[in-house]
Amino acid sequence: MSDHHHKETFVTKYIFSQDHKMISKQYLITGIVMGCIGVFMSMLFRLQLAYPEQSFSIIEAFLGRAGEGGVMTPDMYLSLVTIHGTIMVFFVLTAALSGTFSNLLIPFQIGARDMASPFLNMLSYWLFFLSSVIMLLSLFIETGPANAGWTIYPPLSALPQAISGSGLGMTMWLVSMAIFIASSLMGALNYIVTVLNLRTIGMKMTRLPLTIWAFFVTAIIGVVSFPVLLSAALLLIMDRSFGTSFFLSDIYIAGEVLHYKGGSPVLFEHLFWFLGHPEVYIVILPAMGIVSEVLATNSRKPIFGYRAMIISIIAIAFLSTIVWGHHMFVTGMNPFLGSVFTFTTLLIAIPSAVKAFNWITTIWKGNLRMNPAMLYSIGFVSTFITGGLTGLILGDSAIDINVHDTYFVVAHFHLVMGVSAIFGMFAGVYHWFPKMYGKMMNKDLGYLHFWLTAISAYGVFFPMHFIGLAGLPRRYYNNTAFPIFDDLLHINKVMTIFAIIGGLAQIIFLANFFFSIYKGKRAPKNPWHANTLEWTTEVDHIHGNWAGEIPAVHRWPYDYSKIDENGDLWGGQDFTPQTVPIRDGEEEF
Amino acid sequence: MKALFFIIIFVVLIVACWQFVKLLGLTKVDNQTATEKENNINGWLMLGLMGFIYGLMIYSMYGAKDVLLPRASASEEGYHIDNLFVMTMTLILVVQFIMQFLLFFFSFKYRGIDDRKAFFFADSHKLETIWTVIPTIVLSGLIIYGIWTWNNVMDSSDAKDPIFIELYGKQFQWDARYAGEDNQLGSANVRFIEGTNTMGVDMTDKNSADDIPLVVNEGKFVKELHVPKGRKVIFKIRSQDVLHSVFMPHFRAQMNAVPGMVTEIAFTPVITTAEMRLNEDTKAKFEAINELRKEKGEEAVEFDYLILCNKICGSSHYNMQLKIVVDEEADFNKWLATQNTFAQINNK
Ligand code: HEM
Ligand SMILES: [Cu+2]
Ligand SMILES: [Cu+2]
Repeated sequence: MSDHHHKETFVTKYIFSQDHKMISKQYLITGIVMGCIGVFMSMLFRLQLAYPEQSFSIIEAFLGRAGEGGVMTPDMYLSLVTIHGTIMVFFVLTAALSGTFSNLLIPFQIGARDMASPFLNMLSYWLFFLSSVIMLLSLFIETGPANAGWTIYPPLSALPQAISGSGLGMTMWLVSMAIFIASSLMGALNYIVTVLNLRTIGMKMTRLPLTIWAFFVTAIIGVVSFPVLLSAALLLIMDRSFGTSFFLSDIYIAGEVLHYKGGSPVLFEHLFWFLGHPEVYIVILPAMGIVSEVLATNSRKPIFGYRAMIISIIAIAFLSTIVWGHHMFVTGMNPFLGSVFTFTTLLIAIPSAVKAFNWITTIWKGNLRMNPAMLYSIGFVSTFITGGLTGLILGDSAIDINVHDTYFVVAHFHLVMGVSAIFGMFAGVYHWFPKMYGKMMNKDLGYLHFWLTAISAYGVFFPMHFIGLAGLPRRYYNNTAFPIFDDLLHINKVMTIFAIIGGLAQIIFLANFFFSIYKGKRAPKNPWHANTLEWTTEVDHIHGNWAGEIPAVHRWPYDYSKIDENGDLWGGQDFTPQTVPIRDGEEEF
Repeated sequence: MKALFFIIIFVVLIVACWQFVKLLGLTKVDNQTATEKENNINGWLMLGLMGFIYGLMIYSMYGAKDVLLPRASASEEGYHIDNLFVMTMTLILVVQFIMQFLLFFFSFKYRGIDDRKAFFFADSHKLETIWTVIPTIVLSGLIIYGIWTWNNVMDSSDAKDPIFIELYGKQFQWDARYAGEDNQLGSANVRFIEGTNTMGVDMTDKNSADDIPLVVNEGKFVKELHVPKGRKVIFKIRSQDVLHSVFMPHFRAQMNAVPGMVTEIAFTPVITTAEMRLNEDTKAKFEAINELRKEKGEEAVEFDYLILCNKICGSSHYNMQLKIVVDEEADFNKWLATQNTFAQINNK
């Protein structure tokens, strides 16, 4: 570190890098790998759901003894579902989504040379990497990975007698998540401090792109809620290994009474969902930020209602911390609390509706450039609406009674959080790939990827609502034990076929992504004609981002298609970067 | 090492995919942002996607009507829940149709044309007020009706002459206990489990003697939980080991079974099993099911009410069930009289 010329070795440049751009790429690649694993798991268990007794050599090949004869065991089914959920929610859509785009865009878009603490940033990535490795290693142990569901409710998750995955598998899950939380807190603190302190001259909070607002508020929610999950995990570890009774009481299992007395599983559920609900906003807010930015740029129009967008981000963040009980209407929680949580939950629909209306108005009378990122952003708005609306059913305690924990819920959260956030992430990758790698991605592959993915996302998750309404509970290894579900099998087959198409379509993305890094056309400095600061940096990454001074900012980021008093475009082009001073006679928005 | 083989196929597919595009891409002019032609194609495809989504919605709703639960709720409380559900669902569908239309229609209509200017439109307080106030009003209605229904369903304190039944979940079966003559359940705790007292009932409690257990003694799975039509049934729910959830979809009822705690859910059955078997929806559904079963060479089945377990509880979570039979009250009383109380069992 005594070196003032930043001479870099391979290790400091590509591995233990402290540069936000490199860390962002590390997050993205790790996320892509984890995402492939998560999606692959979902295809395996979808095979099981659609063809319950059939033998598949792919199942035998990957699951070994747990897939003997090509049919997976019930325990393995639950493990796959659990690890799929964990990987998708935490590793892909929390760590990789925020990690990639907060790291890339916060310094770039606020005009900073790097994060406030590059070292902490590096540490955050490597802890994330470590936790991913531990989670993946748990797939290979004798007793199988954790399989109590991604929500790991005790007592099931606390007692190895209850299910095999609650032995070493659950220990590894908990250790991995504890490290993950440490990583995510370091990242979040860094983002908050950076946004607050390192903005360039003129970059007022009210001139920040909505991406930054979203990442900033996401980081705050993370700091508020992740420690609660950590405490829940630690208490669970105590119950599991040191005989305490925080969550356990009066249990008789495997022929004996256990010593636990006085604890309550409901307490765990409160702690879990105090993180768990904000978590879904940790997942969706960054995607919303990305989508707002991409929609405005590609519509060649300002984002509609910039202030309202900021206010609704803050309102959503605030409300998200007081609605967790809607996951617990039928847990035996006091019915009065059920009413309270119904009230707060349905309130959250208001800022969400405002955002949806504002996005649609942003497109209205635009001049839409149908780049792949734009398609994904439109897709995001669509799935967010479809998935969000059914939240009105699940958030209303009385109707939730009959759909809670059925496939209706699985359909709802996949659309509103899973698919939407993934769409947001793809939009971000297609849009900022030139900034990350200095190359362009292939557009045609991008189109093909979008259309296949969008169709199959709806094909998988729309019919799923109805098998939920038919009463089918989630986390069922198969439905053949109940004749009343016999007629759902053909719907399950349709969904599985769409899932396989959708999964295979991702190969197109992978091909496009990895080959464009090496063989893509070189990107121009500002390929999308956007206003934000990152496009004023050089195409090739340099330490400190700007060779000279950091540019000053004079306006908000959404001056697209602004016209002067004669009705002509200001400056003769349909965008005015933030670095352009306010002109004579121009009114700042 | 077959796994490796599959992974290699996967990688080869990625490479093939790229090569394919390189072949196609050779002749194309390179352009960073979408061209007018691409805007046009994708704009039309957006309309196509809208058509696909509408089609899928209509098709699934049409196709699903045969597989759903019978429309008639088997419990009185369920009527309110169904009303609220239908109301909310109607609202959702209307909003869904309109919003998706606006989104995709605008995406199509405003697809880029090279020399068109977008309309600089950054803010409108009037519009924003409208779409803050309207959802607020609609949601207030939903909240009030929702909370009213919830309280109605959850509060059974004013029930006239209810009957108390304990449901007891354990890996992987449901046991039950009727409160008997005194209509009071004797207290219980897993620490009392011993021998045939598999539910851990405190036999020294004076309320226990007349309780009637419904336990699988021979390990056989042919149990039926009988309940009377027209009388409120209050279920007291316990668990022996891990979380389970009593899920009775036909009655629109669900409540978790939590070790260390007694939870409660109540409803008044209004349709007997025999009546439900004659219901049009049920008949159609079971005809279809039996058709499918015949093709697979399985025996035909009849409609029955069920308890399913709806909280992940271990390997056989997917097969933890109990049959419920709703009888006319007289039949129910006759049936109950044939069952043994603890006092009778213990004196044998
Ligand atoms: C290829 C696309 C995907 C398919 C086909 C798929 C399918 C499924 C299915 C069938 C289940 C099992 C439901 C159950 O038995 O309870 C499930 C669970 C889950 N999925 Fe996905 N999924 C996909 C992508 C995603 C994404 C992108 C997310 C990110 C949020 C996600 C998050 C989850 C979660 C949290 C669970 C619950 C796990 C649990 O019950 O513990 N999935 N998925
Ligand atoms: Cu929630
Ligand atoms: Cu169970």
